[in-house]
Amino acid sequence: MLKSRFSGLLFQIIALALSFGVVSLILISIDASPTEAFRNMFKGSFGEMRKFAEVLVAFVPLLLVTAGLLVTFSAGLWNIGVEGQVVLGAIATTWVYRYFLESDLPPALIITLAIFGGMIGGAIWAAFTGILKVFGGVNEIFGGLGLNFVATALTIYLIFGPWKRPGVASMSGTVPFPDEFSLPLLANLRISPWALGIALIAIIIVFFLLQGTYFGLKLKAVGKNFRAAYLLGIPTWQYAMYSFLICGALAGLAGAMQVAAVYHRLIPSISSGYGYLGLMVAMLINYQAIWAIPVALFFAALNIGSIQLPIVMKLDSSLSGVLQGVLVLFALLVEGARQKFIKKGQNT
Amino acid sequence: MNVEFKNVNKHFGNVHANKNINLTIPSGSIQGILGENGAGKSTLMKVLSGFIHADSGSEILLDGKSVIMNSPADAIKHGIGMLHQDPLDFPPMKILDNFLLGMPSSFFPNRKEATQDFNLLATEYGFSLDPENYVDSLTVGERQQLEIMRLLFLGVRLFILDEPTTGISTAQKEKLFATLRKFPEQAMTVIFVSHKLEDVESLCDRVAVLRAGELVGELTPPYQTKKFVEMMFGKEVTLGERQSAPVGETVLSLNDVSLEDARLKIKNINVEIREGEVIGLAGMEGSGQNLFMRACAGLVRPVGGKIQLKGQDLSGKSYHVFKKNGVSFLPAARLEEALVPGLTLTDHFVLAEEPRGIFIDRVAGQTLAEERIKSFNIRGAPLSPVESLSGGNQQRAELALLQNPLSLILLEHPTRGLDIESVIYIWGKLKERCKQNASIIFMSSDLEEILQYSDRVLVFFSGKISQPMNANKTSVEELGELIGGKGWAEIGGEHA
Repeated sequence: MLKSRFSGLLFQIIALALSFGVVSLILISIDASPTEAFRNMFKGSFGEMRKFAEVLVAFVPLLLVTAGLLVTFSAGLWNIGVEGQVVLGAIATTWVYRYFLESDLPPALIITLAIFGGMIGGAIWAAFTGILKVFGGVNEIFGGLGLNFVATALTIYLIFGPWKRPGVASMSGTVPFPDEFSLPLLANLRISPWALGIALIAIIIVFFLLQGTYFGLKLKAVGKNFRAAYLLGIPTWQYAMYSFLICGALAGLAGAMQVAAVYHRLIPSISSGYGYLGLMVAMLINYQAIWAIPVALFFAALNIGSIQLPIVMKLDSSLSGVLQGVLVLFALLVEGARQKFIKKGQNT
Repeated sequence: MNVEFKNVNKHFGNVHANKNINLTIPSGSIQGILGENGAGKSTLMKVLSGFIHADSGSEILLDGKSVIMNSPADAIKHGIGMLHQDPLDFPPMKILDNFLLGMPSSFFPNRKEATQDFNLLATEYGFSLDPENYVDSLTVGERQQLEIMRLLFLGVRLFILDEPTTGISTAQKEKLFATLRKFPEQAMTVIFVSHKLEDVESLCDRVAVLRAGELVGELTPPYQTKKFVEMMFGKEVTLGERQSAPVGETVLSLNDVSLEDARLKIKNINVEIREGEVIGLAGMEGSGQNLFMRACAGLVRPVGGKIQLKGQDLSGKSYHVFKKNGVSFLPAARLEEALVPGLTLTDHFVLAEEPRGIFIDRVAGQTLAEERIKSFNIRGAPLSPVESLSGGNQQRAELALLQNPLSLILLEHPTRGLDIESVIYIWGKLKERCKQNASIIFMSSDLEEILQYSDRVLVFFSGKISQPMNANKTSVEELGELIGGKGWAEIGGEHA
């Protein structure tokens, strides 16, 4: 029984309950009501259409990043650099927009070019991590982390240097692009159905890529046993590079969405930490693409819902981060416990 | 120190690694322990040095007192220290720091005092090691010296040396032996584990021979090599019906190939292997067979010479080029190198086939898996993860992954750890391949298997390779001596 899929789900529910429990204890210790806090978070995310649209705005980049990370995780790679890849996607998109600012091309074409530009930007940034790993022997975690800092610095440099607003440069970013450069939004809401569609298509493609193709199977073989994969005739380092390129392109796409559908300019914190949050989602779903949509949506809802907390209850909105972190830790802990139970069951 | 093993047994699952060992090693002697790979030497020594526990009922007496050792640190407290084949030291550290490790000293070691102690000890044994030097600048022989000094300083009275003469120079070997010969004068005991007959003969006061987990006997000088070989490999040779496929054109040829790794150098190999032929590689683990085989697979790049496959020069090409040209390599470490844990049997079969299109045809994959599982008699389902299979079934799965047609199949220990039924089955499948004109090169530590299934045999000893020997014209005795480094002059191994 323990081995079944059902027990896995059961244990994950236990993990969820435990994390809500821990966060409740934290809230009680500072004399705040947990039920009140959770109710406010729920109201803040699903309470009205406008707020749910905000959840979807956060859901799009998160889902794209998670989709990309599923590919690198399948190849056994920890692409921490995904955060920087989002940033470079945004930078590249901004660059394309700026390039066509005065052109007579139809806006739809410019938007398309800008989005592809973002994907290429993210992929190039990921390729750096991959090259460092494959040819330089630099662990992808270190390489990625380093490049994340470079990406942030590059953003700041562009915003305060070559791309600064006329007059005074400001932390609020570059000059906003004209309205026709924006992906169409739903009336009175901030969500673009195009962005949502692209994100959903991306995760579906990744799902089939990993489940049903030779490419996905080879990628998994490389991730699970590099040496045996090589002996089975798979060009291993090339596959590692492919996975970086795909993940980088999807992260870059997330960055492109942030520019083309949300901020309409380059801002210093354009990635909003979605890269790191995506890592948590990928870990929480145990690298199975099928769970990406609900869990990414849940995380996005926590992020948006917690915005209510400082306003209504004078609590810090980082509470959502605490809940997300604790949830991942408990999920891993509980999975470890389950494996132990399974082993015990086999021994007796 | 006097050591006594009393009814020592050790099981690993179904494997009985030590069977009722009773052995007394008198104080102040150099005791040799001889046996082929898997004879149980290492297990017995690990029991003595606290690495593993013997089964209950086993007893170890030191100077007449029964002791229980739970860890190597425990063993050191009792005065037992082991020198491992690969020295357990810390290469990036200074020699002195290494020396200080494991010392029951205070939190801040007195380096000045330690340096004095170190130099004193080094002079006594004639080692020239600079305590301020770094360990990674030392040779294997010097690292051994460092380890011996460390153990001496910890008060060890019984030294266990596991294959200490592998990978060190002759001069260093002489120095090591000279050092060891001094120990009995101080009532210290030495246990020398080896498969090198010459070393054992020149050093040891007495020799115990293990075979298949059992103590088959003890010998004292004067030694007779013939007797050793007989005891190590057993007398009875049961050669079954040998079947040789007709031998055809040259498949693989090596011209003046030289190979190198950190430990070994093999020079000027000249061999030709023909269609349908089976070549057995005999030799103790690490004598050069692995290097040879991996070079034939393109996994090791030769430092010189030419490797040709069916007339095509493949020297310096990668494994994937070899593979495309019909070479297949089946490593011994099944779950580390051959199969991918976490993937199912079906996944493996699909991976091994040429991809058809982008998407995997699950139904076809399932059918293929069922077919192979049936024809290779694998006990497992298409969706079984490979790590859930038993060793024998993993081996069959490896064979089932082989493509058709193949020119050359390279196998590392194809039947190691398998039951007899699996062995016969696997060789049946391999011989079928020979009939389809594939050549086979395999290594094994089982000499009878080598004689039974090979057409010709290559013997390896410390980087030396014999001329191909006709399997019909040699014997377990002759191979056994060659493996132990004896009788090379007689056969004129010209690659020496």
